[in-house]
Amino acid sequence: MPWMFPTVIKNLFTRPATRRYPFFDIREPFPEARGRLYFDTNKCDLCGDCARVCPADALLVDTEGQEIHYDPFKCIYCATCVQTCLQFAISMDNHYMPPAYQKGEETYRAQAAKA
Amino acid sequence: MARTVVPFGPQHPVLPEPIQLKLECEDERVVGVLPVIGYVHRGIEKAAELNGFRQNVFLCERVCGICSFMHALTYCQAIEKVMGVEAPSRARFLRTAWAELSRVHSHLLWLGLLADAFGFESLFMQIWRAREIIMDLSEMTSGHRVIQSTSTVGGVRRDINSEMVRRIEADLSRLKEIMDTTIRPVILNDPTIKRRTVGKGVLSKEQAQSLGAVGPTLRGSGVALDVRMTGYAAYKETGFEPVVETAGDSYARTLVRLREIYQSMELVLTALSMMPQGEIEVRVDGWPKGEAISRAEQPRGELIYYVKGNGTNNLERLKIRTPTFANIPTLLVMIPGCELADVPVITLSIDPCISCTER
Repeated sequence: MPWMFPTVIKNLFTRPATRRYPFFDIREPFPEARGRLYFDTNKCDLCGDCARVCPADALLVDTEGQEIHYDPFKCIYCATCVQTCLQFAISMDNHYMPPAYQKGEETYRAQAAKA
Repeated sequence: MARTVVPFGPQHPVLPEPIQLKLECEDERVVGVLPVIGYVHRGIEKAAELNGFRQNVFLCERVCGICSFMHALTYCQAIEKVMGVEAPSRARFLRTAWAELSRVHSHLLWLGLLADAFGFESLFMQIWRAREIIMDLSEMTSGHRVIQSTSTVGGVRRDINSEMVRRIEADLSRLKEIMDTTIRPVILNDPTIKRRTVGKGVLSKEQAQSLGAVGPTLRGSGVALDVRMTGYAAYKETGFEPVVETAGDSYARTLVRLREIYQSMELVLTALSMMPQGEIEVRVDGWPKGEAISRAEQPRGELIYYVKGNGTNNLERLKIRTPTFANIPTLLVMIPGCELADVPVITLSIDPCISCTER
């Protein structure tokens, strides 16, 4: 134990290493962090490339109903769809998805394909 | 004296993952051991046959939660071998840097778990606090803390710019200082650690070789064998010397990992400083046809991927041999003869990763 004492005593007089979330704010995520996905429904042409490359089956493109179904709870945030989309309709934010009480998918209506 | 069979695990406070050891005991002394696995089998090899070969990179990363980058790296190397493409040299250096960052994080995690196993809670907390530096670096460079998702067939998906390199250099020197002042002196000098590890679970050089041990378990017994010596990724350019200890006990294995943390930090800096400019990914067309074997050094030892493609988007077979699978038989030599109270420390000393073992 003697080799640990200096560290233990020092720690008694320093701030805690952990943050008391949610009472205090967590640190700002890194700019390159992989967070939420956003769909630009004005750009989407319902080609379905994103759903084909998704390793987690989190995306479903309904061409007849002109809808994109996205399940953020299945998503592994690998950003393959962001890289694949030729219309640049999918973008990724660096903020994580906040905790939720219920699982559920998000539905977006593609506007560009209609026109 | 009558023999009693004591089940150790699959749920045990010191084991992060489920493995059962049926310990045959005479009073407090263990005379026989039978490991039982099969509690976390997830059928990843079968799932890999149903997915596209590019999507398998993300699946393979999920074989193990700690050394996920090495799994993706080895899988990508195997597919690249089958398809006859070579990753650009910048990508090879980036892969080396990420692989070594993962090794530092894995070894720090294990040192913390070992400290926790013999009840040294303050050391455990200090080590895991130091580990957060690496987790932050991982998040800064790849976007994720643990499962980096940066390796892909034909290169890497993210680049490390000069600003990130400066931050990595600063943070690694901060980590080195913490290691030098807080963690290393305790592990090298503390009598409580030595009493729990020195002479416990001795594995001789001959036994280690005949049982097929890999990684720090093998190198702790005095065999200088490391897959990084074959020079995959960029290890040929960065240069590599394996870390070897000769005692063969739990303490020797701890020292191997402690020294490897320093070595890996150096390797990260060397890889980043030698990294050439240029492309990070090459375009890979077509589908894999043929078979290949790829090897890499995980924090726990040698990892082998065998892939067989039949010219379609799906692989015909993916076989993964993980290091813990090779290291479990060494427990049959290490544990008999020890005290019942030493079983957790000896079991942890091979750094068991059961999720890897069972896939």
